[in-house]
Amino acid sequence: MTGRTAGVPILRLGDVLVTGLLNELDDHSATAFTEELTERISADDARGVLIDVSRLELIDSFVARTLMELTTVARLLGARVIVAGMRPAVALTLVELGLQLTGVETALNAEQGMAALGWEQVAHVPGPSAPAALGDPGGSP
Amino acid sequence: MTADEAAVRELVSSALRERGEVVADRWVQLQLEQAALGTGISEAELREEADTLVDALGAGLRDDVPVARVVTTHRELRQAVITLSLRRARAGATPTGTSLAVLALKEALLEAVRGYTSDTGELLSAALLINRLLDAAGALSFETYVEGREEIIQRQSRQLLELSTPVVRLWDKVLAVPLIGTLDTARTQVVMENLLEAIQENESRVAIIDITGVPTVDTAVAQHLLQTVNAVRLMGADCVISGIRPPIAQTIAQLGIDLSAILTRATLADALAESLRLTGQSGPRTEGAVLR
Amino acid sequence: MTLYDDDLRALGGGPGEEPPPPSAPARIAIRAEEDLLTARHAVRGAAVEAGFGLVDQTRVVTAASELARNTYVHGGGGALTVEHLHGPRRGLRLTFEDQGPGIADLDAALADGYTTGAGLGHGLGGARRLMDEFQVCSEPGRGTRVVVTRWTRA
Repeated sequence: MTGRTAGVPILRLGDVLVTGLLNELDDHSATAFTEELTERISADDARGVLIDVSRLELIDSFVARTLMELTTVARLLGARVIVAGMRPAVALTLVELGLQLTGVETALNAEQGMAALGWEQVAHVPGPSAPAALGDPGGSP
Repeated sequence: MTADEAAVRELVSSALRERGEVVADRWVQLQLEQAALGTGISEAELREEADTLVDALGAGLRDDVPVARVVTTHRELRQAVITLSLRRARAGATPTGTSLAVLALKEALLEAVRGYTSDTGELLSAALLINRLLDAAGALSFETYVEGREEIIQRQSRQLLELSTPVVRLWDKVLAVPLIGTLDTARTQVVMENLLEAIQENESRVAIIDITGVPTVDTAVAQHLLQTVNAVRLMGADCVISGIRPPIAQTIAQLGIDLSAILTRATLADALAESLRLTGQSGPRTEGAVLR
Repeated sequence: MTLYDDDLRALGGGPGEEPPPPSAPARIAIRAEEDLLTARHAVRGAAVEAGFGLVDQTRVVTAASELARNTYVHGGGGALTVEHLHGPRRGLRLTFEDQGPGIADLDAALADGYTTGAGLGHGLGGARRLMDEFQVCSEPGRGTRVVVTRWTRA
């Protein structure tokens, strides 16, 4: 409680910072996390930040505010933030609470978030894809 | 308990003990004869029920409790009646059929007692005792049956709700929910939850909500639909709504919602084409993220 | 009572069986920031016990988190009471009480975007949307009491 760090590890992959929020996030840790991440973005000259929220069982207005602030601050520092892996129940509750996280970029999971931040090779898992075969994407059916 | 009553009770008890198998056979036969009573229940099941119940009745009668309370106080007996009634409720038997099944046991039991005495007075007393004994079973059976049916009805309406809102995998990474009929708040919430869970499970990039089959929505439902769209986005996928009819368009407009943030297409086919564009490798949008 | 989840033979009860004794209301002090986590845990546990589905659990715990924060930050601390409701409908009732300064303008406090603290101003109004029933009484200088209820779905 008294320490400055939130106890959340922040990893660096090239110019991308990767971090994840833990479920037992209290207000104090959330604030400490914001400060720590902001310093790291600046110190590491990061261009992208991936925040994995897949372990969060709850996002209330305080955590939502933390995520929105981080996005704005990072943007001002020249980095792009992607919030990845929000659980269905959490997304639904957040919307009902009246919070759309306007301006925050999201991705289904960490892999897709990393792909969006330029780490295509990490995320590219060949699957039974088909869309290209239909040709003329976006055209009339 | 009077001496007479004790004697009659002993008489019925003996009949159950010594001729239990005959009683059970006769009961099964009576139920099979009246096909309406045994809807969907096999002869083997009836036989098993009969054996269990006849044994339990014999044991129950040996307890020192008034005849009318034997069924409700004897644990195995009570359980046998409950099991029998629930099985019938589940198999779709009518309440009449279920009561008649219990009544048929009276007949089978009385026939067995006839083999022990020809004294009219004694037979009458035995008949009265069997009546008191099994009327309690009939009441318990009816009560259980009603509760069982209510449970079934609740379960079926839940299943219907699930069935009426299927989430289909339309294409790789594209899910669709074709909604048909009137949407109420409960159903819309089920749709929302199912859709979001399916997105997570399939790692889908686009979800299409097709409301071509929905004639009209009230403002609460329109709100729920828009909340769904927002929740899908928070999860990192896109949402396309297709087939909005003019009245629904008006409702949405009256809510004063900014439609520029919502992808809409006239038909499901248009929506799929758009989805393919969104998930396409060479699409103009950035892979993996949704920017608002 | 769910009669159909198990094999019929495994049924222990039946009509007339006594319902389980209702759990006594639990009281959790909200005096420090750690208590917010304790409150969340208690509400999550109670929501699971009441038989709520995952989404409803999340709704209830999120509402509790908002209201507990209000009690701590604006009310200067107080207490949460968690109560199971049986009767004809099952549900969970949460009561947040503090002896703080109270809310001067309730209507404004319930509107989205209203904030006097560090949140996003969605606490009270948001909690109201996440729960089925919502009551708030507040007297300036005397404190605030918020009672929220959510019923399990049939």
